[in-house]
Amino acid sequence: MKVIEVHQLSKIYNDSEVKVFALNGVDMIIEEGEFTAIVGPSGSGKTTFLNMIGGLDQPTSGEISIGGTDISRLSSSQLIDFRLHNIGFVFQAYNLIPVLTAKENVAFIMQLQNRPKEERESRTMELLKAVGLEGRENSRPNKLSGGQQQRVAVARALASKPKFVLADEPTANLDSKSTENLLEIMEELNRKENITFIFSTHDQRVVHKARRVITLEDGRIISDVRK
Amino acid sequence: MMLIAVAWRNIWRNKTRSLVILISVCLGLAAGIFNMAFYYGMVDQRIETVIKTEASHIQVHHPSYLANPEKVFKIDNAEQIAEQIEAIPGVKSVSKRIMLNTMIQSPTAGSGVRIMGIDPEKEKAVTNLYTKVIEGNYLDSGKRNPILIGKKLAEKLKVKLKSKVVITLQDMEGNMTAASFRVEGIYESANTTFDEMNVFVRSNDIAHVLLLDEKSAHEIAVLLNTNDQMLQVASLIAAKLPKLEVKNWRQIMPEMNLIESSLDITMFIFIIIILLALLFGIINTMLMAVLERAKELGMLMAIGMTKRKIFTMILLETVLLSLFGGLLGMGVGWMLNIYFSIYGIDISVWSEAYRSMGFDTMIYTKLSFGTSMQIALMIFATGIIAAIYPAMKALKLNPADALRIDM
Repeated sequence: MKVIEVHQLSKIYNDSEVKVFALNGVDMIIEEGEFTAIVGPSGSGKTTFLNMIGGLDQPTSGEISIGGTDISRLSSSQLIDFRLHNIGFVFQAYNLIPVLTAKENVAFIMQLQNRPKEERESRTMELLKAVGLEGRENSRPNKLSGGQQQRVAVARALASKPKFVLADEPTANLDSKSTENLLEIMEELNRKENITFIFSTHDQRVVHKARRVITLEDGRIISDVRK
Repeated sequence: MMLIAVAWRNIWRNKTRSLVILISVCLGLAAGIFNMAFYYGMVDQRIETVIKTEASHIQVHHPSYLANPEKVFKIDNAEQIAEQIEAIPGVKSVSKRIMLNTMIQSPTAGSGVRIMGIDPEKEKAVTNLYTKVIEGNYLDSGKRNPILIGKKLAEKLKVKLKSKVVITLQDMEGNMTAASFRVEGIYESANTTFDEMNVFVRSNDIAHVLLLDEKSAHEIAVLLNTNDQMLQVASLIAAKLPKLEVKNWRQIMPEMNLIESSLDITMFIFIIIILLALLFGIINTMLMAVLERAKELGMLMAIGMTKRKIFTMILLETVLLSLFGGLLGMGVGWMLNIYFSIYGIDISVWSEAYRSMGFDTMIYTKLSFGTSMQIALMIFATGIIAAIYPAMKALKLNPADALRIDM
């Protein structure tokens, strides 16, 4: 089943009268259950591409269909709602809510979705267990290591039952042990629960684990390798 | 509920900054409340003095007397009229007075004064003059021709207790006459001008000198059970006594009316200034709080928090902060208010001038609960207004831009 279908996607920034093609006619299909890394040098359009498929930015032209919905036609408030129900985010700098505990951070997104309390609680515990943070539910982010914070972020991204998880350089701030650990958890979630992961990364360890590697350069796909 | 909890915790992220704004809201408000309580107390005491010592609630005169206080404009059979008034519901007590503007002389000096001929017992029920006697006795000792004079006048005339003073006057038949009185008591009210201008004698003593019928009077002073009934009772009296002039203390002393209404305006302006200062303080703080959290707010938008919820969260943070500070300030202000309403503040050190204006120099603060509630509402409104700009600023953040900051 196609999760993401991108057709002739372009994004042009008008930088003082010089047109910059951040993305230039990208076509791509991502199927459910893929574990995909998007790589490329700085300025290759990785971040722009991620922002587009994450519904954080609108394309200049082209179509982005997620689970059959063309998100390039949604208004910004419709997009917020779409993101809430369809996309899980993991950011480079973890970006947890600092005043909430690990448990509350995970439950927060389900509260935004107005899920019943029992469901929130059971799913939160289930997810924290899955990312190996049992016993740390009540710690605030500043009491957790980077690796632990990123695992909370993964649990949060999954809490909303999204169609896919978008991770923007998730291991950039982690040491190798934490990276290893995080990748294992994500791989297991992918394998056992068929969760679709898309990363942008520079990290060779992530690239190594990925089962599909898409390389971008100058706003175009220059290679798309399935292992 | 979740938003309130998050907003409350967000407030305490930067403890120092939140405490600074909290303390400034608290102090600003406590100062505002105390200041209001102080001035309301001061004016209230002045009104109290006006009613209890000087004017009573309502006064009845001959229609020409107030414009031209001549002894001929008297109320005949005043005693009977006083009884009639006393029977009106809401009236607490009534006192009739013979009044005369004339000269008083001591061996060393003279002064123009207003002589008030009173029935000492009846007057006790209307004014609290008898409580203001600081030396000697009130007019009830039974001695011959006693006179009660103010401290200020006593100083001016250089007289003491038992000194003799002479009053020169023209009697009802037009003959010049003089009578000597002995200083029986010296009083001191909150109003030094009043003390200098008014002397009190027994009405029958002065009626005798004036050759005036004892039953007549120039003024009938009426004390009511409460100030609230004043207009109603005044119109009842006026209806019963169509040939006489009935006035309440606000009409007799229009300057008090002015002070009262200008106080309201002054206090309103004062509170507005305090709130404006707080407003900008809060805006500044919340703007900083929003801008330094740009990334986090962007993240919240990215993961699907609606703009309305983000707006509400910032609004709640601001309102909670200002409301918390405001309530603390109300608490502190009220404690000061209650303390000084019991123990008073002595301002005589700074200004004796107040006394000549009739203001007591011992101020007991006074503030109504209703006024405090109004202030609380105004703080609440200030909090909301202060929140709008920072919250709008938060909405302008673009989730992608906000996140890119550290990408």
